Amino acid sequence: MLFERREAPFIAPQGDVAALMRQVLYALIPAATAYVYFFGPGFIFNLLVAAVFCAAGEAAMLRARGRPISPALKDYSAMIVAALIAFALPALTPWWVTATASLFAIVVAKHLYGGLGYNIFNPAMAGYVVVLLAFPLEMNLWVAPHIGDIDYPHLGLMDTAWYTLSGHLPPELSFEAISRATPLDTAQTGFAAMQTFEEIHQNPLMGDFAGRGWEWIANFFAIGGFWLLYRRVIRWQIPLGVILGLTIPATVFYLFGVGAHATPGFHLFGGATILCAFFIATDPVSAATSPRGRLIYGLGIGILIYCIRRWGSYADGVAFAVLLMNMAVPAIDYLTRPRIVGHAKNTLANQDD
Amino acid sequence: MSAPTVDLGKLHGGLRLQAYKVESTAAPVVDAPVPPLLILPLIQHTGSAAQPIVKIGQHVLGGELLATHDGALGAAIHASSSGSVIAIEPRPVSRMQGDMMPCIIIATDGKDEFQDATKFRHEPSDLAAADIFKKISEGGIVGLGGAVYPTAAKLRQAKNGPLQHLILNGVECEPYISCDDMLMQAQASDIVGGAKILLHALQINSCFIVIESDKPRAHKQLALAIKESGDERLVLKQVPTIYPSGAEDQLVQLVTGREVPSGELPTDVGCLVQNVGTAAAVERWIRHGEPLTSRITTISGDGVRSPLNVRARLGTPVADLIGCAGGYSERAKRLIIGGAMTGKAMSTDAIPLVKATNCILVLSDNGGAGDELPCIRCGDCADVCPVQLLPQQLHWYGIAENENQLRKHGLIDCIECGCCDFVCPSHIPLTGQFRHFKSELRELEYERARAARSQQRFDARSTRLRLEKLERERDLTAQKDVARNVGADAIRAILERSEKKSRPDKSSGEE
Repeated sequence: MLFERREAPFIAPQGDVAALMRQVLYALIPAATAYVYFFGPGFIFNLLVAAVFCAAGEAAMLRARGRPISPALKDYSAMIVAALIAFALPALTPWWVTATASLFAIVVAKHLYGGLGYNIFNPAMAGYVVVLLAFPLEMNLWVAPHIGDIDYPHLGLMDTAWYTLSGHLPPELSFEAISRATPLDTAQTGFAAMQTFEEIHQNPLMGDFAGRGWEWIANFFAIGGFWLLYRRVIRWQIPLGVILGLTIPATVFYLFGVGAHATPGFHLFGGATILCAFFIATDPVSAATSPRGRLIYGLGIGILIYCIRRWGSYADGVAFAVLLMNMAVPAIDYLTRPRIVGHAKNTLANQDD
Repeated sequence: MSAPTVDLGKLHGGLRLQAYKVESTAAPVVDAPVPPLLILPLIQHTGSAAQPIVKIGQHVLGGELLATHDGALGAAIHASSSGSVIAIEPRPVSRMQGDMMPCIIIATDGKDEFQDATKFRHEPSDLAAADIFKKISEGGIVGLGGAVYPTAAKLRQAKNGPLQHLILNGVECEPYISCDDMLMQAQASDIVGGAKILLHALQINSCFIVIESDKPRAHKQLALAIKESGDERLVLKQVPTIYPSGAEDQLVQLVTGREVPSGELPTDVGCLVQNVGTAAAVERWIRHGEPLTSRITTISGDGVRSPLNVRARLGTPVADLIGCAGGYSERAKRLIIGGAMTGKAMSTDAIPLVKATNCILVLSDNGGAGDELPCIRCGDCADVCPVQLLPQQLHWYGIAENENQLRKHGLIDCIECGCCDFVCPSHIPLTGQFRHFKSELRELEYERARAARSQQRFDARSTRLRLEKLERERDLTAQKDVARNVGADAIRAILERSEKKSRPDKSSGEE
């Protein structure tokens, strides 16, 4: 009898990429629900626009590169990019801004670098930074959280859809009426006006400890993140690195410069830190890959977030921090190779042998 | 003497694989029938081919020596049943894929007569170490775990080093293989006997018999046999069932906590590893006079109807053995010699069972070939790598043909266990790639060595030519000098002669 041949091992592999990516999407559901609850249906429109343009960009690029389209669309990686872009953008965003971010992320940051697995930069963050620089006005329209006793005018479903399509608000509302500074903006402006954190915190928008609505969304990101850790979709090194990297300088400055610095809790929950720690920085393709390297990569992102928030001109620094650390990945991976069994310890001295 | 104590080391990574051993261990070992034809390859071991000492047409008895080996690394081959030698010709074998290898073909006579074993029996304590090594070599005994390194050679090499522990490997971590499990259950006393012979020959006092936690019956039998022997030098050790604990270096690390240095052997850290089957074979040959003519092998997988373990004669064609397992099922798609993680796929079942064949695996098509996606650098492979490599990085550097980085990231330390393949969500055949990259590195090294040799030859030739030229020039100068000197002398002589002529009176006066 004759048989087919192939190389060992002969046991079918265990996991698959699509299953991993799907779990990341599931883990975002709690935070997405909270986001819609606090900031209205705009998030859903952003998500739809981003999903359509990411999928279209992916299909077009695969076609242009002569690659099979269906397996790549089925791996859900483009959908994660779409979801992260939707989370990064303000709840009210005209469709062309979302589309620009999505197309830049997929076409330039992902496919022009070689597609899934080859991109150096986190596609969602690259796309976000492009629109942050290109559409400063649109990117500054953050609606007030829909919560509790504060009564701000809010857009309904149809008005939100109209704004997404046209970029126009209903005639009776102005940008000033519906938009509010984000907690990070509020803090930055406050510090610039020589206020202490306690004074800034009097603002009802600041919520219990890290911004009304925002602190809750961060909690839901954390729940999703812990679920991913439990499912072993992500490893602990990067989230821990990001959190420590931000908490340590935040704590030091808070303790030794009372009043003039935000609390570590505010830094952790007030912006995109938790989203970054569990969902953005953990994108395996653009992150460091050795176990120690991941910790260093995470720490680097955390520290950079703090530096950008504290001394930079942008209120939040997640996207820049991630992109900067993306650049450092090859060096980190090379310098943090684990000691191979049966070999002497890696030292800086024998790195270049 | 009290038993030596060592710490149990820890392995990095590894897999808890689903085992498929119950299928083949439910029934006791079955003796496979004598096949009509025995095909005995002259190479069933590491080293050079054995030299046939039988003629075509000659009648042989079971256990009779068919081929010897001359001093070099190798092992003897014995007849595994009685019959007549009908040919010595190349046949397909499992050792080298697609290659034919010279084999002694015996047409069995069905009587299965064996030579008188009594004259080969020895009391091990009467033999000196060197004699035991020689005898083991004559018995055709090789490492039965699959590597088939000639046992005598391995023992001799080990004895020259700072040896402390003999480790008998009963850790059968491949998910389908159970032949050692069955052997430990049925022949525990042979293993203990073999261990004592080996300790005597190696002149050391520590032997660990290591077994996995999923083999309680074998553990019980071995514990009993050790107790009966009353030998305190033998220590039974249980290790967790994690693949690939049974790999030689990994076992040493697990049992002693010592890492075998890259490129070195376990003997460099004072350990000698032998398969439990090898120890049993030593006992059967030295004390009972039975050379290595059969072995237990597992026939399993969803491609056979009733998986089991058989004791089969070396040289029995695999096709005949499949019958013992109820024949092929409709799902049979692949034939694998060895385990599911590290075995080799064969294209034909016309190959014989050899000393290395610990498992014949017939599987349906369950490999996820063809649905490969790009690496997403998730690092699952690095988590399970038992030597702590970064397979995701090796994958990139291999594709980029970056030889320098492949070396720095330890490609040559890869033990090809297949753990990374198993966990890869992108279904990349990493182990196959690493085998390929390794062969490319070896090729590069070979090319480089060849280039260096040619460069050397070229340099040597240039030097020689230059020296010859210099020598020729020196000779020429010398000749010219001579000629010049000679010329001067001649001129002087002529001048002198003419001077004499100009004063004829003086010269004539002399005459």
